[in-house]
Amino acid sequence: MIKISNLHKSYRMGANSLHVLKGIDFNVEEGELVSIMGSSGSGKSTLLNILGMLDEADEGSYFLDGVPIKNLSEKQGAKYRNKFLGFIFQSFNLIGYKSALDNVALPLYYQGIGRSERIDRAMSYLEKVGLAQWASHLPNELSGGQKQRVAIARALASDPKVLLADEPTGALDTTTSYEVMDLIQEINDEGRTILVVTHEHDIAQMTKRIVNLKDGLIIEDTVVSQVRALSNV
Amino acid sequence: MFDLDRWDEIFETIRKNKLRTFLTGLSVASGIFILVILLGIGEGMRNGIAREFEQDASNLILVFPGVTSKEHKGLNPGRRIQLKNQDYNQILLKYGDQLDHSASVYQVYNSVINYGKESGSYRIDGTFPAYHVLENNQLASGRFININDLDNSEKNMVIGHRLKLDLFKDEEAVGKNVQLAGINFKIVGVFSDPGGERDETRAIIPITTAQKAFGGKNNIANMYLTLKPEENFDAAVATSTQFSAELEELLKDRHTIAPDDNSALHINNSLENAKRFYTLMDMIRLFFWGVGICTIVAGVVGVSNIMLIIVKERTREIGIRKALGAQPLSIIGMVLHESIFVTAIAGFLGLIFSLALLEFVGPLIETQYIYNPTVNFTVAINTVIILVIAGALAGFFPAWRAARIKPIIALRDE
Repeated sequence: MIKISNLHKSYRMGANSLHVLKGIDFNVEEGELVSIMGSSGSGKSTLLNILGMLDEADEGSYFLDGVPIKNLSEKQGAKYRNKFLGFIFQSFNLIGYKSALDNVALPLYYQGIGRSERIDRAMSYLEKVGLAQWASHLPNELSGGQKQRVAIARALASDPKVLLADEPTGALDTTTSYEVMDLIQEINDEGRTILVVTHEHDIAQMTKRIVNLKDGLIIEDTVVSQVRALSNV
Repeated sequence: MFDLDRWDEIFETIRKNKLRTFLTGLSVASGIFILVILLGIGEGMRNGIAREFEQDASNLILVFPGVTSKEHKGLNPGRRIQLKNQDYNQILLKYGDQLDHSASVYQVYNSVINYGKESGSYRIDGTFPAYHVLENNQLASGRFININDLDNSEKNMVIGHRLKLDLFKDEEAVGKNVQLAGINFKIVGVFSDPGGERDETRAIIPITTAQKAFGGKNNIANMYLTLKPEENFDAAVATSTQFSAELEELLKDRHTIAPDDNSALHINNSLENAKRFYTLMDMIRLFFWGVGICTIVAGVVGVSNIMLIIVKERTREIGIRKALGAQPLSIIGMVLHESIFVTAIAGFLGLIFSLALLEFVGPLIETQYIYNPTVNFTVAINTVIILVIAGALAGFFPAWRAARIKPIIALRDE
């Protein structure tokens, strides 16, 4: 599903150049649930941004579902993001003045799907994350866990190939974190490929494979036996 | 533009940001409002002045001599010019078919008129019958002087109403004799003059009689001429200006005056004065347009500023949208659409409000120089169209900036 090889990325900071990714080789198969770990500055967010086509690598190749992701125009990038990827952020990034339902429906709007179908589909995803009765509420009327579940429903709405989660539990307490991880596991059980960036070991243990980054290189890549989040709640 | 979902998005943002939208709209609406009101007042002033001049409808040309200020053909400056009967006759001969009314006047100031024990010192105008028409005199009793009086140098006199009151009190004046310079004159009429008392303390006698009685030979003091009416104002001005110029040339030639000597001969053309007023009005109108356009430009800059702030405020939202697959064009469309929509609606509101004000308050304005202020509807509509285009321009730069926002920067957690 994801094939990257020899990925390099550096940032220019004034006169200095900061080499963040120093040659990453990394593959993800369909249906995997991978966590990317590393201390801050290890390059894990940069890697996720490149995977999410929000940023572009200086060197190396990246194939997503067999499609080369290289020198994309803004237009093409937007199209691919919409079609291939679903994003889950630490700070949820819901649009404040839109209801939960409208937030979930937004990716479908950018797919050009008609209004009634959009609403139907968004509603079914909200049901899936257990928030159907909150559909008309604004984000600031929801708890942190509920917001993240709305964000997950939104990420799923466009039926993407890969879900990219950047510290999805970073802003949540432990119990809520496990509830969200449970949802992520459920979605993975249905066969969806998911990448989770985290620095929490207990969260990482709930995935199927841990990739450890340090100073821009992969130092460890191990398959782990998954801990079900539900057992910890 | 006809994307219903886009409209939905616009209405939603507007609903959630009422104050911001209101302030944006206000600057545009007031811009249009001020422009339309200014244009209306400009038109009103033009109408008012046109009415003033149409009422008079006086295309009167007054010719009176002065003193030369330039040496010409060996003649020294400082020479007093004296118009003669021959000048007047020459003009009649040459332009008779163009003229409507004409009169030359021989004037004597401070002449004593006696009636019985009463006496007074008055101005005597020796002139032609047409003088009454030119001076807009109304008969109170009797008749004006006529062509017979002139031909026979009759000692007949028409007196102003004020003069009649001075000498005759309540007595009937017509048919009585008065003494002027020791000569008996018979009063044949009494007139009133719109010029008021000053013009009513005059006595009018035939020019032939005046020139003989006062030793005026064939001298005249001035000439009054009017031209035949023209189709419209502009044509009248053109003809009248040309006539004045020809007249000036003719008289300057006859009296050996330098062509560029402006003090030797005065030709006062009332239409030319009117024309000057109209030119001034056009300038004022131009000025109003300038002020109005500047107001709109200020409004547009205001909208552009507000849209920039909006874009800044929505950076994160735009980042989210882009992460979810919004294309740059759709972001530009969203921002532009909002700015055009707001400017157009606000512009129309300003237009309707100002037109209503002109419509209902305009006719109530009772000033001499503002009359029926209106605005051409096509002009008004064009203004709004310009405004919508301006709104698009105002929105474009912020929209373009919004499209350039990188989601990775917009979504960075602080």
